Amino acid sequence: METFNPTELPELLKLYYRRLFPYSQYYRWLNYGGVIKNYFQHREFSFTLKDDIYIRYQSFNNQSDLEKEMQKMNPYKIDIGAVYSHRPNQHNTVKLGAFQAQEKELVFDIDMTDYDDVRRCCSSADICPKCWTLMTMAIRIIDRALKEDFGFKHRLWVYSGRRGVHCWVCDESVRKLSSAVRSGIVEYLSLVKGGQDVKKKVHLSEKIHPFIRKSINIIKKYFEEYALVNQDILENKESWDKILALVPETIHDELQQSFQKSHNSLQRWEHLKKVASRYQNNIKNDKYGPWLEWEIMLQYCFPRLDINVSKGINHLLKSPFSVHPKTGRISVPIDLQKVDQFDPFTVPTISFICRELDAISTNEEEKEENEAESDVKHRTRDYKKTSLAPYVKVFEHFLENLDKSRKGELLKKSDLQKDF
Amino acid sequence: MEFSGRKWRKLRLAGDQRNASYPHCLQFYLQPPSENISLIEFENLAIDRVKLLKSVENLGVSYVKGTEQYQSKLESELRKLKFSYRENLEDEYEPRRRDHISHFILRLAYCQSEELRRWFIQQEMDLLRFRFSILPKDKIQDFLKDSQLQFEAISDEEKTLREQEIVASSPSLSGLKLGFESIYKIPFADALDLFRGRKVYLEDGFAYVPLKDIVAIILNEFRAKLSKALAGRSPTVWRTARSITTPTVRSSSPRMSAHHMVAIVGFLKRYTTHTGCGWNSLYSHREEVAKSASVLTARSLPAVQSDERLQPLLNHLSHSYTGQDYSTQGNVGKISLDQIDLLSTKSFPPCMRQLHKALRENHHLRHGGRMQYGLFLKGIGLTLEQALQFWKQEFIKGKMDPDKFDKGYSYNIRHSFGKEGKRTDYTPFSCLKIILSNPPSQGDYHGCPFRHSDPELLKQKLQSYKISPGGISQILDLVKGTHYQVACQKYFEMIHNVDDCGFSLNHPNQFFCESQRILNGGKDIKKEPIQPETPQPKPSVQKTKDASSALASLNSSLEMDMEGLEDYFSEDS
Repeated sequence: METFNPTELPELLKLYYRRLFPYSQYYRWLNYGGVIKNYFQHREFSFTLKDDIYIRYQSFNNQSDLEKEMQKMNPYKIDIGAVYSHRPNQHNTVKLGAFQAQEKELVFDIDMTDYDDVRRCCSSADICPKCWTLMTMAIRIIDRALKEDFGFKHRLWVYSGRRGVHCWVCDESVRKLSSAVRSGIVEYLSLVKGGQDVKKKVHLSEKIHPFIRKSINIIKKYFEEYALVNQDILENKESWDKILALVPETIHDELQQSFQKSHNSLQRWEHLKKVASRYQNNIKNDKYGPWLEWEIMLQYCFPRLDINVSKGINHLLKSPFSVHPKTGRISVPIDLQKVDQFDPFTVPTISFICRELDAISTNEEEKEENEAESDVKHRTRDYKKTSLAPYVKVFEHFLENLDKSRKGELLKKSDLQKDF
Repeated sequence: MEFSGRKWRKLRLAGDQRNASYPHCLQFYLQPPSENISLIEFENLAIDRVKLLKSVENLGVSYVKGTEQYQSKLESELRKLKFSYRENLEDEYEPRRRDHISHFILRLAYCQSEELRRWFIQQEMDLLRFRFSILPKDKIQDFLKDSQLQFEAISDEEKTLREQEIVASSPSLSGLKLGFESIYKIPFADALDLFRGRKVYLEDGFAYVPLKDIVAIILNEFRAKLSKALAGRSPTVWRTARSITTPTVRSSSPRMSAHHMVAIVGFLKRYTTHTGCGWNSLYSHREEVAKSASVLTARSLPAVQSDERLQPLLNHLSHSYTGQDYSTQGNVGKISLDQIDLLSTKSFPPCMRQLHKALRENHHLRHGGRMQYGLFLKGIGLTLEQALQFWKQEFIKGKMDPDKFDKGYSYNIRHSFGKEGKRTDYTPFSCLKIILSNPPSQGDYHGCPFRHSDPELLKQKLQSYKISPGGISQILDLVKGTHYQVACQKYFEMIHNVDDCGFSLNHPNQFFCESQRILNGGKDIKKEPIQPETPQPKPSVQKTKDASSALASLNSSLEMDMEGLEDYFSEDS
């Protein structure tokens, strides 16, 4: 992968927005079949331009309008906001108080920085293959709950471009949910509580809710490789002291001893499991299971959500297929069928796909000098020739499901209205 | 989840009209009454429901909600006032009709300010919760269906499939099996308070809710709908106003008018504000109340808006006190100044006792204290001359120049007796006024100790007054529940050594009068032998007396205010 040079952005973006950005799919998504009048026209976008100039309340009449503006402004970042009661670019003309955010997808933002207290390999904006598993687990756990518990059907997971993932839940009913219900959903999905001053962040009660049980089952699949091998959380005294802080003092000595005698994290973890369950059985009665063990696993692996991103209907979130200005990577959709294989380091950067495009175009020109192909045709096939193609395909699959659902709903409605 | 009244309208057309109108002994009040009633009945229904809601409030304070005592007492109240609560063999139509109409009448009265709305909603919710709790299981499903609620109980097969999950999710279920527990399937968004804390099992967008938790959801919905209706935007309030301002004249009283109706409404409001327990919403929304009262009355009573005489009346109704004002007493001049020290410990309410003590200790009181205490003294019978002497004597001890006193303070004292300026004979402050206005700051001693003192300090004060620890803890509990005047009543009972004070306290001078009555052997109050100091005196015995005496005093003060209402009528032109 070519190293990305931020100073090249203006030129790269120009090419990207002219030849590569998948406008028709993008429009197909946000137009939602055109079922509701002005849904696309009332959607807020925000652009961050060169030199950090930020403009809100952008809105567009149709796909062509969107294309022209994006090509004109060459935004470094694009955010998507809510669908409002009026065209956002005319919000100043609206009577005070009448301009309201009405609908928006339910979104989640999972950021690797929120796990700094439990990952040993990286911190802050850095990521590496050893800690990326946290995102994999987060996606699996959250997606399962959104699908099986809440019944949400249209969930788009997107790589943020640097250190995290986003989820866009696009079901029709979900877009209408109130802020209170959105907050409630985040609360339902939250288990890790407390900031820097709190050592033990997960407390399980006697009854284990199915959501928690199913999440633990997911974590179990990854825990050994992720935590005990890659993160090596019981590697040495410094690291295992952090774990001991999460269990009662009465078993510290015993654990310290067995840790000293063991050779690696796997062995130490086995010891911990035995001692912890013995402790639980002594203190409480048979009603309790391996809570201590699970609490540790959850604290180290369970997803951490930012409630502020999800609860506000008017919150602006980075758009899919937007470019990350610092890494150059495109915010690409993640194929849920292949979550385990997703590698953020193989996500194409804008410089890479632009170079791919250049190379191909040159070849084509040499081959088909005399054929006059229209610009549009070029554009619609251009991204297909680059490494962006498979990601657009994932997006199209998501859009097809949305279409199918819409058709199904329309059929249902027309069935109900049929006279016999 | 949809609440819809359409079903109710349909019912009216089919079958036996009377029984069909009210198929259940409880309801969600989705449709306002559309019949005409006489103003006499209007008035009686309103008063009866106010009595009922007051009992609900009092019982909720005196007993833990849901306990046997609470349930049985509330049931007997309902029976006494002839409102529906349970399916009986007797004719159910009348009690249900009374329940229906009286609820809507009170909506009119209580929509007019934030504090009244909160009070009304709280009591109506408690009432509904009670009625729901005694509804037999087989009737629940029918009731929910008729109320158009989207709650379906799931079949036994569905239950078995999910038994483990449901049991593991719901804190309200103990044990490992569901047994005969009914489980309801509702859209997850309708169970927000349950799923946000992971207190319910979710599957494919639905929450599987046990019956106990369904009640909480229903009550929340009820509260939301009622709250919305009272905010005056709902047409039900307007329709009610319109439908009952054109009454069928079935009685012979000549002075029926919209003015009369508003007077009743205003009277009902006043009745609750000044005798009530529960100052929570009142105090925290004081500033908003003044604003909202004038705005909302206009909105929710459009039928009477056009009458200019009514606007000022409505605006002033919120906080007026209408009991005795104690400005002229039969015992003027019967108190001598040297009695005051003793009287302050024996017959003064704590607010005045502390003011007197501060005055004696500091030889001074700030303006707020002088007003509150000075007017009180006037009320217990001090003459102007006595008052001047009293204050001057004390202030001089504080090294004040006698001339300065004459120049500055004596004018104010004469003013408060109505001898200066516009010559208003100012009336001593009621409890309501003391609790709600002019809170004390550092260096002040006025206000209500139960409201304004820090609980620790209050405890110390009560200890210094030699109140028993049991009594102190009861008082502190009442204070915690913002029942300040009931706490003062408790203090009265402790220092006079009676089980029940026999009155509903709303004025410091009333405290003094009642105290004097007991001490001078006026009324026959049974004196119980001194209670042994146990940490928990038998609550059932004591509280029985408290609750029924509270109710008794409610009735007596109710009679008192009925006289006030008559005055209204005679003023009507």
